Amino acid sequence: MATHTPATSIAAHPALRQRGRALDVLYDWITTVDHKKIGLMYIGYALIFLVIAGIEALLMRVQLAVPNNTFVSPQTFNRLFTMHGTTMVFFVGMPILFGFGNYLIPLMIGARDMAFPRLNAFSFWISAFGGVLLYFSYFAGSGLYGAGTAPDVGWFAYAPLTARVFSPGHSTDYWTLSVLLSGVGSIGTALNIVATTLSMRCPGMKLSRMPLLVWLYFVTSCIAFIAISPLTAAQIMLMIDRYLGGHFFDTQAGGSAVLWMHFFWIFGHPEVYILVLPAFAFANEIIPVFSRKAIFGYPAMVAATVAIGFISMGVWAHHMFTVGLGPGANAFFTLATMVIAVPTGIKIFNWLATLWGGSIHFTTPMIFAIGFLFQFLIAGLTGVMLAASPFDWQLGNSYFVVAHFHYVLVGAILFMIFSAFYYWYPKMTGRMMSEKLGKWHFWLLVIGFHLTFDFMHIPGILGMPRRIYTYEADRGWAIWNMIVSSGAIFQTIATLIFVYNLVWSFFKGPKAGADPWDAWTLEWSTTSPPPSYNFARTPTVESRRPLWDLKHPEDPDTNYE
Amino acid sequence: MSLCMNQATAEKLMSGAIGAPARELAQWTHRSVYRAAGLLAFQFDHSSTNIFAPQGTPARSIFGLSMLVLAICAAIFLVVSGLLLYTLIRYRHRNGDSNREPAQIYGSNQVELSWTVIPVLIIVVLFLATARVIFITEQARKPASAVDVVVIGHQYWWEYRYPKLGIVTANELHVPVSDPGHPTPTYLTMSSADTDHSFWVPELAGKMDVIPNKVNTMWIDPEKPGLYLGQCAQYCGTQHAKMLIRVYADSPADFAAWVAAQQHPALQNASASEGSAVFQRNACISCHAISGTAAKGTFGPDLSHVASRATIASGSVPNTPENLRAFVDDPAHFKPGALMPAMHLSDHDLDAVTQYLMTLR
Repeated sequence: MATHTPATSIAAHPALRQRGRALDVLYDWITTVDHKKIGLMYIGYALIFLVIAGIEALLMRVQLAVPNNTFVSPQTFNRLFTMHGTTMVFFVGMPILFGFGNYLIPLMIGARDMAFPRLNAFSFWISAFGGVLLYFSYFAGSGLYGAGTAPDVGWFAYAPLTARVFSPGHSTDYWTLSVLLSGVGSIGTALNIVATTLSMRCPGMKLSRMPLLVWLYFVTSCIAFIAISPLTAAQIMLMIDRYLGGHFFDTQAGGSAVLWMHFFWIFGHPEVYILVLPAFAFANEIIPVFSRKAIFGYPAMVAATVAIGFISMGVWAHHMFTVGLGPGANAFFTLATMVIAVPTGIKIFNWLATLWGGSIHFTTPMIFAIGFLFQFLIAGLTGVMLAASPFDWQLGNSYFVVAHFHYVLVGAILFMIFSAFYYWYPKMTGRMMSEKLGKWHFWLLVIGFHLTFDFMHIPGILGMPRRIYTYEADRGWAIWNMIVSSGAIFQTIATLIFVYNLVWSFFKGPKAGADPWDAWTLEWSTTSPPPSYNFARTPTVESRRPLWDLKHPEDPDTNYE
Repeated sequence: MSLCMNQATAEKLMSGAIGAPARELAQWTHRSVYRAAGLLAFQFDHSSTNIFAPQGTPARSIFGLSMLVLAICAAIFLVVSGLLLYTLIRYRHRNGDSNREPAQIYGSNQVELSWTVIPVLIIVVLFLATARVIFITEQARKPASAVDVVVIGHQYWWEYRYPKLGIVTANELHVPVSDPGHPTPTYLTMSSADTDHSFWVPELAGKMDVIPNKVNTMWIDPEKPGLYLGQCAQYCGTQHAKMLIRVYADSPADFAAWVAAQQHPALQNASASEGSAVFQRNACISCHAISGTAAKGTFGPDLSHVASRATIASGSVPNTPENLRAFVDDPAHFKPGALMPAMHLSDHDLDAVTQYLMTLR
């Protein structure tokens, strides 16, 4: 049975508390191996990069708002989309999700820290260094003689554009090394999560009683293990090509451009699941709590997640339907990609069934989760369209694809990340976020998101390829691009409100208490914020919802599992 | 003023004197609603690169598949989002509801099995329909009457070679219209001289990547004469945006005439001999070829019949003497990042070379 363990049972180190000087605080955070502090650093660092990459997106939308615009030069535009994509995937998406994972996993399984706290700190700092290195290219990308340049090869950096003949200077090297470092950090964290999940669970928490969030992070980490290795290998091969005269991807000397595509997408597609599974993980915790019902079909949800993990390894060439792999390969990858809709569909239906018969509370975390459900449904369906490979021969590399994956990354993942912020912020800081500002944030973001990304599908259908810095006025794309760009205004205001809410609530938000949402998992049994040791006494659990059992001794879950 | 008019109209309507003005009003309302809706639809009608306006067999079979996939996805969306909306409204927590927790339901094997099996069946249908289009498009039998074109992608322009016809040209692809009774499709054999590109003319066919060290093929068979537009669809470097494609589908007679004109060696017009000399003594000849002269460069577009083309700079600028002169003077004026350097010719030489190039019909 889980226990409420107020932190007062063990005195917080009084000596440590008294030294409040800035340098001591800084020293404390830099040298910390506490999973909660590392988690928060991941999140803070990702938020900074989110703002930077968001500004890059805004600049691109200004440029594309009207045809034949000259707001930025073609060179600048190409750097903007390269940096935006690389930053969002490697230095926003992965760190923010690993940040929440780091913070929540030990708390949810009743552990005091991750399995390898020092590896945890190493993983964070090496990833953080990768991000700094990427942006240092703006100052140093052309070497020491002055004008720097960021990489301009696109976030998937197709060979042979990355060969030295097409990409002189060092900008591509900054890209390669920063992605390599981010990969090392991600593998470290993935290893840590797997080890923590397998060996640090509190007494009674069998794998079948683990919160779904932890299950999904476990599968995500297994995918990361397998998927990041080919990316790392490819980056090293690229460095060999560029500096040691290798010819892996050097087509001028018999190398293969298609080889890079395979390496990159064997990483690149599972990467989508590395990003989206944590978003599902948040939904699995948040939707039941605000429906006041247990998750529907826990075993099916676990099975569907594991199935997604396996199938995600066999779908990469759907990014390559236009490469000329032949009808056999195109048919195979069409089928493999469509099959993934089955476990994904199971998830959507199980969430729906969780809501069904519940008592739905429309708090800010919940409305973001509902936005996620609708938008992920649409993103999944446009994904099915793109999986039909002949349809992809038209839509591939067009703005339709850009709209589709932003529906996944923003409409599903980012909405769920915001939901997670509103849900766990009270645990992390001890204060609630403003519900009123949260609702403004949500509705403005919904308007901006749909203006931008609904209408972005249409220029793709009308033949507009991605990654063009400008376009002809006679193609019928102008009005759609204007609408798409105008949505960015709403999204910007929404994001500013969110950032303001984060800061305001930290100082002025209402006190949260240990369990503000009347929730059921172990993190809500300790104080907010939790003490560095998480639990004064290691909890014991007997079901998937230990706090439900505690609150409903007359009808515990143990009777039904 | 307008208020008065409105009042007058309203009075007429009220007094029963409907007749002509009311009909006009109704028509006007009707028209403006149509206009508002039509404004957006208009963008579709007037896009020359709409994937849903197929003008050839590959694009048409893709269009058919697209409509099936769209219909199935739309149906799924309506059902699932309708259910979701209903659930949210039906089971919302109302003020005054008791604070007792609702009944806890942990799962149901029958229900979960049904929403596993139904998607599987939908996928089987989608997959079979898709596989059919993959195979009929990629394994279409090539008729003996097919025209062969070798397409070579270059950083920011297209090279077209007709090996059987002995023609080399750039940026504007001429193909015959294909009559279904007597098909003359054009088969494109494609590779790249530098980075990855992709050949995409949405109204004729899906895109196919143009990759160095790899040979890809695709085919097009425009049904009607006309100009079909497209552009490079794989990021290839600084000027990826202005690597445009123009496909001219000619009637059989027009195509034969075009072929005959292109097969002639470049005209050497005595009136332009000065420009010809400027061309020959400058670095122009290292990159450009003009048949019948010493210029045999292959790095840039073949200029033997440059004046017969409607555009320069890979379809991005109309081929007028002024534009051509500005381009030769400094290509970055139209295409910053284009690989051709500014030639730094004197005004006199620029005029002469422009005049010469304009004679190459």
